[in-house]
Amino acid sequence: MAKLSTIRVPVERVTMARKVTIALVGNPNSGKSTVFNRLTGLRQKTANFPGVTVEKRIGKLTLDGVVMDLVDLPGTYSLSANSADERIAVDVLLGRVAGTPAPNVILAVIDATRLYQGLYLLQQLAELGRPMVIALTMTDAAIRKNIRVDTAALSRRLGNIPACTIVATTGSGMTRLRELVGQAVSNHSAQARSFWPELRHAAETLRGELQDTALSLVEIERALIDADSNAIQMLQDSLGDLAGQRISILRQTLCGDQPPLAVEARQRYEWIRQTLPIVQTQSSVTARWGSKLGSWLNQPYPATALFLVVMATVFQAVFAWATPAMDLINTGTSSFGAWLEAGLPPGMFTSLLVDGVIAGVGSVIIFLPQIIILFLFIIVMEDTGYLARAAFLVDRAMRSVGLSGQSVIPLLSGFACAVPAIMATRVIPNRRDRIATIIAAPFMTCSARLPVYALLIAAFVPSRSLGFMNLQGLVMFGLYMLGIVGGVGTALLLKRSALRGPTPTFILALPDFHLPNLRTVLMKLLDRARIFLRRAGTVIFTVAVVVWALAYFPRSDLIETERLNAQTQAAATYDGDALEQAAAQIDNEAAAAHLSQSWLGRAGQAVEPLFVPLGWDWRISAAVIAGFPAREVVVAVLGTIYAVGAAADEASLADRLRVATWPDGQLVFTLPMVLGLLVFYAWCLQCAATIAVIKRETNGWGWPIFAWSYMTGLGYLGALLVFQIGSA
Amino acid sequence: MTLADLKKGDRVRIEAIHTAEASVQRLMIMGFVEGAELTFVGASLGGDPLEFLLYGSAVSLRQADARNFEVGSRPFDG
Repeated sequence: MAKLSTIRVPVERVTMARKVTIALVGNPNSGKSTVFNRLTGLRQKTANFPGVTVEKRIGKLTLDGVVMDLVDLPGTYSLSANSADERIAVDVLLGRVAGTPAPNVILAVIDATRLYQGLYLLQQLAELGRPMVIALTMTDAAIRKNIRVDTAALSRRLGNIPACTIVATTGSGMTRLRELVGQAVSNHSAQARSFWPELRHAAETLRGELQDTALSLVEIERALIDADSNAIQMLQDSLGDLAGQRISILRQTLCGDQPPLAVEARQRYEWIRQTLPIVQTQSSVTARWGSKLGSWLNQPYPATALFLVVMATVFQAVFAWATPAMDLINTGTSSFGAWLEAGLPPGMFTSLLVDGVIAGVGSVIIFLPQIIILFLFIIVMEDTGYLARAAFLVDRAMRSVGLSGQSVIPLLSGFACAVPAIMATRVIPNRRDRIATIIAAPFMTCSARLPVYALLIAAFVPSRSLGFMNLQGLVMFGLYMLGIVGGVGTALLLKRSALRGPTPTFILALPDFHLPNLRTVLMKLLDRARIFLRRAGTVIFTVAVVVWALAYFPRSDLIETERLNAQTQAAATYDGDALEQAAAQIDNEAAAAHLSQSWLGRAGQAVEPLFVPLGWDWRISAAVIAGFPAREVVVAVLGTIYAVGAAADEASLADRLRVATWPDGQLVFTLPMVLGLLVFYAWCLQCAATIAVIKRETNGWGWPIFAWSYMTGLGYLGALLVFQIGSA
Repeated sequence: MTLADLKKGDRVRIEAIHTAEASVQRLMIMGFVEGAELTFVGASLGGDPLEFLLYGSAVSLRQADARNFEVGSRPFDG
């Protein structure tokens, strides 16, 4: 036992208890994350803010030997929050978020080419009266556009807030920035100034009426302006019924009958129009070759061509470039499994390790190459500003199905994997549009559906030539279309019912195209891959082990004895290759017998009546049940059930499926039944990783449960219709 | 004339805003206020949304939203 008397706390640690927190704030796309990465390097971690799905990135910054916390806040244009992300940024700045102390220093990151909008946020931040530093980014782009920003003048106009220019991509100006931040940390008394004195005066009046309030002047100002400000509740706690009355009287004096937010915008932009000519000069621009090309590419038809080329490249990369890595992982996991199986004594533990753990982990990491390539493209498109251009281009088309331009990249990503697609919906500001996109994305034909499609099409759809197309190819194309129709139809349906609401205002800042920053891209990629492995990995792994247990237990000694007897008999009868073949066949049949009386097999038999109207026997039912955690495992389970071994090649499994019969001798796999099964696979949500990521992104179990039940129901209905109509 | 009725390359000044709806206030925070001067860059595929250049920042609005902004032609470089 430790002796308490011997524990000593160093004096320095006690006095240093209050850690300095610096908040990184700025407009979206202002280069904030690049500044964050420059300042913290690899010493950063990502978590979620409590109760919301907003990412909280915290890094360590060392200035003069003192370690400080740097918090990267979500991008915002003003302190009037319009989304969960912006709300968090505002609440952190006002010191209202549990677990995140009010920042000691504000580091504002502003795009030098977009000062007009940047100055809006800068005014509001300056009014907070906290030590603050301004970092102007994109100054290299500003120089190309002949824009010169006078940082000294900018600093004076905002009330002597130090400002410096940086080029985040090259790191130039970072030394100066660190110096300024260091000075701001030791400067405790910042002068608060107001750019709308009447508002400040009203807030002071109201604060005078409150007894010992914790509300700051800026919070009272936000209560006067924003209808949904958190501070209104606090005012009500303090003033009771009087609060509403006082707020409306002060609003009336300040704004008349105009909405306060509109008055604030006019007031602040009035100041901005006076300030802009003082702080920036723009000499006449001679259009450069690059910018001419840029504006040509922004015209509708060249932009469409570019969009198609970009998308074709992404798909080529996801499907072709990932293949070698996927093959390698596949070979690696199966040969590791085989090696373990050969080295360990046969039994439950080996089976758990090989068929449960390694197969489960393998089914997760097999898709990692595709997911990483897809994430890489999404991040690069985001970082270069192309994402906004693509959204601008297709907005009209997407609106016809009830979504907005920002939904297109997530939906297209769904063709590779729904998990990154759903994570990419974060760029959609409107919550209803975002949820509709999240529910539509898993309908897109992801790469895990392909093994199932390939097996069933090759086995049952005749390879007949139909003009320039092949019937097999046509069925495959039809399945892709089925996914699109299912997803788009669902989005439309949701937007007309549960997610009904007024068309949101669409405003999209179109950033200038710029080269991606390798560091930022790699850091984001690492982060995304980590989230995938942690969230999806743990879920798939757990479910894979559960499915293994269902397929393994209970164990029948009878089957095992029969298998050993048959092996002995075979050894006496055959030799050489024939013996090997016979032995494998006996093992496969024993595995099939084990599976048929396992919990999974019994479950398949129990639910068979439910699936008979679809033309499925208990074996297909069991395979479908086993496929719920990850749909691609259905091929391996069919391999085991039909006694050709889990690692059987497609051709031998297809042969076995073709002759499978019902007890009365009729074929199980008829064309209507196969087409129905394909429809089921096109629509049902057989992917634990997707369910986990929907839960994470919607912050609750409601939507994932809906998505699963709805898609499974839809798949069942589709299969039922196809089979019944086809067999009639 | 509203922001939705411009020809490519037109430079205009916002004179009035037709509505006080909360949705338009988001656009005002982005700088679409009375007195702001902007250039119509062009429309996207199918004629919507529209792209404007607002003091060096390219911003896109949909036609339905752009119709709320009454504009007058701006004296050239005046």
